[in-house]
This record gives sequence, C-alpha cells and structure tokens, in this order.
Amino acid sequence: MTTETGIGASVRRKEDKRFIIGKGRYLDDINKQGQTYGYFIRSPHAHAKINGFDATEALNAPGVVAVLTGPDMEADGIGPIICGWAITSKDGSPHKAPAHPALAIGHVRYVGHQVALVVAETLQEAKNAAELVDVDYEELPHVVEVGDALAEGAPQIHADVPGNLSFDWELGDRAAAEQAISTAHHVTRMDLRNNRVIPNAMEPRAALSEYDMGTDEITLYTTSQNPHVHRLVLSAFNGVAPEHKLRVIAPDVGGGFGSKIFIYSEETVCAWATKKLNRPIKWTAERSEAFLSDAHGRDHETHAEMAFDAQGKILGFKVSTKANVGCYLSTFASAVPTYLYGTLLNGQYTMPAIYVEVQAGFTNTAPVDAYRGAGRPEATYVVERMIEIGAREMGIDPGEIRKRNFIPPDAYPYETPVIMTYDSGNYALAMDKAQAAIDYKGFEARKAESAQRGKLRGIGYSAFIEACGIAPSAAVGSLGAGVGLWESAQVRFNPTGSVTVFTGSHSHGQGHETTFAQIISDQLGVPIDQVEISHGDTGKVPFGMGTYGSRSLAVGGSAIVKAIDKIVEKSKKIAAHTLEASVEDIEHAHGVFSVAGTDKKMTMAEIAFSAYVPHNYPADVEPGMDETAFYDPLNFTFPAGTHIAEVEIDPETGTTEILDWVAVDDFGNVINPMIVEGQVHGGLAQGIGQALLENCVYDKESGQLLTGSYMDYCMPRADDLPTFRVETINTPCTTNPLGVKGCGEAGAISAPAALMNAITNALGKEIDMPATPEKVWRAAQGL
Amino acid sequence: MQMEGQQLIPAPQIKVWEALNDPEILRQSIPGCETVEKSSDTEFRASLTAKFGPVKAKFKGHVTLSDLDPPNGYTLTGEGKGGAAGFGKGEAKVSLKEQAGQTLLSYSVNAKVGGKLAQIGSRLVDAAAKKMADDFFKAFSKNVTSSDQNTPLQEPPLDMTDAADLNTVIPREPSKNWLLYIGGASLLIILAVYAFN
Repeated sequence: MTTETGIGASVRRKEDKRFIIGKGRYLDDINKQGQTYGYFIRSPHAHAKINGFDATEALNAPGVVAVLTGPDMEADGIGPIICGWAITSKDGSPHKAPAHPALAIGHVRYVGHQVALVVAETLQEAKNAAELVDVDYEELPHVVEVGDALAEGAPQIHADVPGNLSFDWELGDRAAAEQAISTAHHVTRMDLRNNRVIPNAMEPRAALSEYDMGTDEITLYTTSQNPHVHRLVLSAFNGVAPEHKLRVIAPDVGGGFGSKIFIYSEETVCAWATKKLNRPIKWTAERSEAFLSDAHGRDHETHAEMAFDAQGKILGFKVSTKANVGCYLSTFASAVPTYLYGTLLNGQYTMPAIYVEVQAGFTNTAPVDAYRGAGRPEATYVVERMIEIGAREMGIDPGEIRKRNFIPPDAYPYETPVIMTYDSGNYALAMDKAQAAIDYKGFEARKAESAQRGKLRGIGYSAFIEACGIAPSAAVGSLGAGVGLWESAQVRFNPTGSVTVFTGSHSHGQGHETTFAQIISDQLGVPIDQVEISHGDTGKVPFGMGTYGSRSLAVGGSAIVKAIDKIVEKSKKIAAHTLEASVEDIEHAHGVFSVAGTDKKMTMAEIAFSAYVPHNYPADVEPGMDETAFYDPLNFTFPAGTHIAEVEIDPETGTTEILDWVAVDDFGNVINPMIVEGQVHGGLAQGIGQALLENCVYDKESGQLLTGSYMDYCMPRADDLPTFRVETINTPCTTNPLGVKGCGEAGAISAPAALMNAITNALGKEIDMPATPEKVWRAAQGL
Repeated sequence: MQMEGQQLIPAPQIKVWEALNDPEILRQSIPGCETVEKSSDTEFRASLTAKFGPVKAKFKGHVTLSDLDPPNGYTLTGEGKGGAAGFGKGEAKVSLKEQAGQTLLSYSVNAKVGGKLAQIGSRLVDAAAKKMADDFFKAFSKNVTSSDQNTPLQEPPLDMTDAADLNTVIPREPSKNWLLYIGGASLLIILAVYAFN
C-alpha cells in the first residue's frame, strides 16, 4: 500500500493539470456541427402584463431560425418548472407554488424574466434579431422586499397566491419557548437581516442541446451539479423527452455553490427547442444574465429572542423569519428556509425549548434558492449572533457562555428539539484549540495597542454546526422531498488492473477525481494514476443525486466503499479458488489477498485479470470485475467547529482589516487534508464576502436590479482576505463507513457570524451585513 | 435620475425657437439621431443609436407635449424602447429666455431606465447623458449660428464611451443615495428637443 496516495494523504489534485494548461472542457468549449445560437429576450420590467408580442421583423432578419415563446412550449405540452420539495403550512395546507412556465405566458414577474428565445445561425444574428422583437408590456405594481410583499395591501404577484404568501411554516414547541422567555433571567431580542447574495460562479450557466433524428435521442450538455436530477425532472415533469431518450452531460463545470443544482428555464427551453428545430442550440449566459437570473441566496428578515438564566445558560429560543423566495419557487427553494434552516437553530448547545416560524413570500425578484450552506448559514448567523449579543448584554465572556452551553462530548447521540439527532462531536475541544491558536488571552493587550494607534480592534466567535450529507431518503421524504437522497457508485476494474469509478456525485471544483481515487488506492492498492473517476454523464453513470450540501464524500464516497466491499467479496472467492484455500481463510488488506498463516497471495491486479481471462476460474463466480452499489445514509452528518476572527477598524475611513482568522473544524476523518483546507478557504472567502462586501440590491421604486454587474456588486478579492489558519479535529462520524462529515460549506456557514461578531465587538454597536466602510464609519462616528 | 442644466445659445430667442422647429437641424445636432417624425401637433417619433458604456442600442421613442407656451417653453413626457438594452422614460420641462440678445435654454429632466441600461449602465448613464446633452448643445449652437452662413452642419460624435470614463471610480457598494431612477436623461433631452417641432 502506498500511503502517499491513500486516505489521509495530501495528494495534489489530479484534475488541476488540465485546468492549469487550459485543457479543461467547460460547456462553452463544446461545439456541434451545424449548431445554432440562442439568445433570450428578457423582461426589462419588474412586473408587467404582456399585451402583445410581434416577432415578424425578427423572423425576416438575417440568419434567424426561429423565435420561440411560452405559448409555443405550452402548445407542445411542455410542463412548467417545478419545485421539488413540498412544505406544509401551520394550518396543514400545502405550500403555494404558482405555475412557472419556462418562457413567460401573459405576465413577467421580475427583471430578467425569460420571455422568448431567438435562435439564429450566429450569436450576433440572434442578438440583432432580438432587438427587432416588439413586446408590448403593460407595467403593473411591483414589490421587491419580503417584508413589504407580506404586508397588507402589497401588490399581488400571482393571482392564485393571496398576500404573496407561499407558506407559513413552523417547527418546535411554541408554548415551551414562550414560557421560557417569559420567565427567564435575561432575554436578548434582536432583528437580524441576512443579506441577499448573487452566486457568481466563475463559469456562467450554459446549455447546448442536440437532437439525433436517427435515434430520437436528445443530448443536453449543461452546467449542472446533478445531471441525473436534470434528466429526471426534464423528462418526468417538463416532458421534454422520455428518460431513456434524454442524455444529460455536465462536463467540467466552473463552480456551482448551489446555483447549478436547479432546473432553470434556459436549459429546459434549449432541450425542447432542439428537437422542434432539429438543430443543435447553444446558449451561454452573459455575466449580466447570470446576475439577473441565477437563483440568488439568503435574504431573510428575522426577529429572534433568546432566553438565559443568570449563569448564561440558554433556556429558550424563538425565531420568526420572513424569507424572500423571489417570484417563483425554484427547485429546492422551499426546503432551504425551512428544513435546512429551522432544524439547525439548536446550534452546538443544549437548548430546552426552540420554536421557529418562517413565512415565505413571493416578490418581483429572481428566484432565491440554495447557495453554499443553504439555510445553515442563515441559522448559524441567528444562533451565533444571538448568543454573542446575549453574552455582551449579560457581561459574560463570549467564549465562556458558549462553553457553558455546549452539548457535552458524552451526550451523543443527542436529540435536539428541532428534530435532528447529532451523532458525534467535541465542541469544547475545537474551541479550546481555536482560543489557543489565536491567543485569546492576549486579545486585551492587542486591543489596547490598537487603541493607541487610534484603531478599534475586535474579536468574534462562531461556534457553528451544520447538517451535511443530505440525507436519509426516508427522512427527507417524510419532510416533503420529492426525491431520495442516496448515491450510486460503480467500480469497474479493467483487465489490466486499472480502475474506472462511475460516481453519481458531480465535481465542479471539489476535487473528487483525487479524493475518490485516494479511497480506491487506499482500499484496493491500485496506484492513484491507475484510477479514473467518471462523473457528470447520464449515459455513463447508472444514476446519481449529485453534489450539494457537502454530501459527495459522506454519501458518494460511502457508495464507493460499498462497491469496493463487493469487489473484495468477489475477489476473495477468486483468490480462494486460485490459491486452493477456503474463502474464510482469505485475508484482504489494501489489495493483497492472502491465505491466512501462509505466504500464498494474489494481488488485486492478478485477480482482476483472471476475472476477465477466466481460464482458471471458479465455476460459481461470474466473470468480470465490475460492481455497482447504491448507498442511502442513515443520518445527516454534523460537521462543527469554532472560528475566531480578529479585526481592526479604522474609525476615520470605516475600513475593516481582518488581522487573523482561526478555523478549527471537526470534519470527522479526512481523506485529503490539502483539499479540505482548500474547501475551507473557499467557503470562508464566500462567507466573508457576504459579511463585508456582497449585497444584492433591487431598487424598491423601479424594481430594477441595481447591483447587476461587478461595478456595483462587490466580490471578495485576495487582498480582502487574511491568511487563514485552518486546523481540524477528527471525531469520526458514526453513521457512514468512512467516518467523514463533509467540509464544502463550513467556511461559508461559519464566517459571517464570526466576522460580524468581531466587527460589532470592535464598534460596540450592532450593525447588519454587509459591513461596508460607509456603514462601519457611520457606526464608528456615532451617526 | 434627475438632471438640470442651462445652456446659453448665441442667437435670439425667436431664432432658437425656429431652429428647434427645424427637423434637419435637430437631426444633425442630436448625437446618433437617425429619424425625426411628427405624428401629430403634440406627438413625435424618433429613432437614434446611443451607447452607454457597454450597452449600445437603437432606441425608438415617442414624446407627447403639454403646457405649450411658444416661444417660451413646455412640458413633455416621453418613452424610448431600446430592445434588449431596456427602456427609458420620464418627463422634462424646457424653457427659453432672452438674455442680452442671446437665449438661455433651461431644462430639468426626471427620468428612469430599466433593463440592461439600469443593470449595467446605471453608473454610466448619468455621465453619458450629460456628455450627450453637452454634445447636443455644442452642435446645436454651431448649427443655429452657422445656418446663416450656409456652412456645412456640424455632426456630433456618437460614441459615449469617453463619457463613461469620467466615472471610472468603482465604489465597493452601491451608494445608499441611489436616485430612484437612474439614467436615461439623455434620451429625454433629445426627445425634449424634438418636441420643439
């Protein structure tokens, strides 16, 4: 066994070579013979009625193949875009999910809403023709903020959704939480705003569809985190093609962060139109289209009340949130502010009573759905800001108050009042390590030194928990999910001993080609360069649920382990036959099969060869070495940790400098520490971006997206970020065979609370995200 | 957006009024203007190509006049559609005043834009609109005064990219004082001028 490439080794990412030398194959790199180009006509209005649509001039323009509309799709029987998770309101009624045709029919409901597709021989011809299409809009009153949308007398966005309320959901024990609050020694009350963010993946969304008249098969290349889910939904709900006549390929995808989970209008339209026109159609979003129409993230308005006893022990927690879901319910939009949010409000603490209610409101804005962390950053922000503010109000050290409330390491499995069962953890250990790393005791001296220079220094905690590896199918099914959340893996030995693994997980930056290969290398003794990871093609992979919720390793990796188990079981039979021993006497370690107590052995490569050249082979064993497994997890995994941020604010300019950042995370067992660290860095950058810089703004009066380009929407850059100090502790997950917990979202979940706690600690005043220089300056100046 | 301005034109008020009634002078004075058509005494249609930073589009607009007080001024409301680039619409008040043998033209515009113009061009529209207005008045003044001498009319520049460069300081967040309706004034200025026909 080569430990340099096994579990626990920081193997350099195998996939990076092709990315670095420019040989990655992203969607826009793919072209088809005779392809046409699609360009979407989008609404310039936040809310309008379409009184007329005239494409006569466009259809006569050079190169134009077709101009297609919502009524055309409807006439072809193409169904609307769906929401895949059913939420039930307090009163027992199902959530309201108004019909969402892929191209507008009769009304447009946000700026950027897809109205028509112009198809032409070149992109420029498509764009030019789009200028000639005359759409007669009659503007209607609009509303962009969720509080306004849910208020009395707000403009009505959908005729069949009174008051713009999609659902009014609750979880936990209201009476118990209110009782605790009414009798507590101290109650902290706050209004918190979780700002709306725009995903900004490096590669914008894109689609290339092709129809083969000979086989009657449609192939759709698209930027998807879950191509099989795309195929399933496009087939079963939109009716684009039967599932066996629809192949979805998601090649190299340049970042997703959740925004590429969803089934969007554009790829649905392209998949349908290619057969209608019998021409390949290519569409690549311009960056400005991405700003307008990628599903946005977060956007919560919350009122929270946390009750404490005199020692700072939490007695009860009550949270009321208004969640902006945009103008339609996107694929998982209903799950994010409910079961991915309310269930995490217990944090790392023992809380006797929790109650959460969430009202989801429609607005004239782009749909809002999962974005890195998806509900859990929002929950962590509420819990970790509230306990920090509670500590300030009660004069207790913020680290100390957390320690007094931590679930002790011997309390697992721990059932929370909000339906989660944590399997393992050691929260105090993570905090101790983080405090030591940042020299928490020395903070006051550092603060005094900053003050001498006229600067404000602050320190802030985030002791976050998340629920990853979404999740047991039976559990999510009972909560309203329309899909199961298992994963598949196929481990195929080639006759010469190399291995191809087909996984239902999808890599769009996570490094699966390395991490998964390490598992094979470790368990079966195959050199890592002899392992190929194949993903993202429904024509190759049996089935798969894709990548989101930090589930690839915990669920997809576990499926690989299950397939490896089958390989080992079969190999033992072949080894026993060849070595003339009984199966019970065959021992396996890292790809070597030996007869116990002898020096007789076979390697995995020898066994694989004999499986394909079965000249001396057991009669009762099938030839070939190719095993498929499906793995359905027993529980979520619960990564957790403590992050501490230290900042210095210049009160004269309002600029915040992040001086230090310590992240101690418990991800269970770690396969590749370097990839884990990279994932943490990326998550932190996104979390810090949200807390410090990023903010999606729709103009209330006009309904226009004001932050629609990089001139107005500020992404974090290298010089906005400190040198992160990342450590892990490793309490193995007890519910999956690898003992892993998932690391992809941790940084984005933890960072906003840590940073805002540090900034407000420095200011001595509470402010909302993003902590822009203007906002910080006003607070520092007492304005 | 809101925009106000004044321009002293070196010609008597009645001559300015007449020049403003000359569709050809207007067409040649307006940056990127292609056509000006009168559809009734108080309604006009026009088309022009305008470029705001990265957004270039052909706009088709119509304008309605009210509060007519020739030769002193009026109010107009207008709307221009730029296809995929979006739209601009709003209201402008224009007045003329004799000043020592010259004419002071005052304007105030209240406009809003939508679509790509608002999304991408919003930071550029203000500067581009001001530049467009400046270019118009420069060309118009020249054309008014030179029409006496039968010299060739001055064509104004079309490209507004330079105007965008005036505003290249990239803020780290949108200003809180966003004027509710940004940009689009240029269109209104132009439409305002058409209305003198």
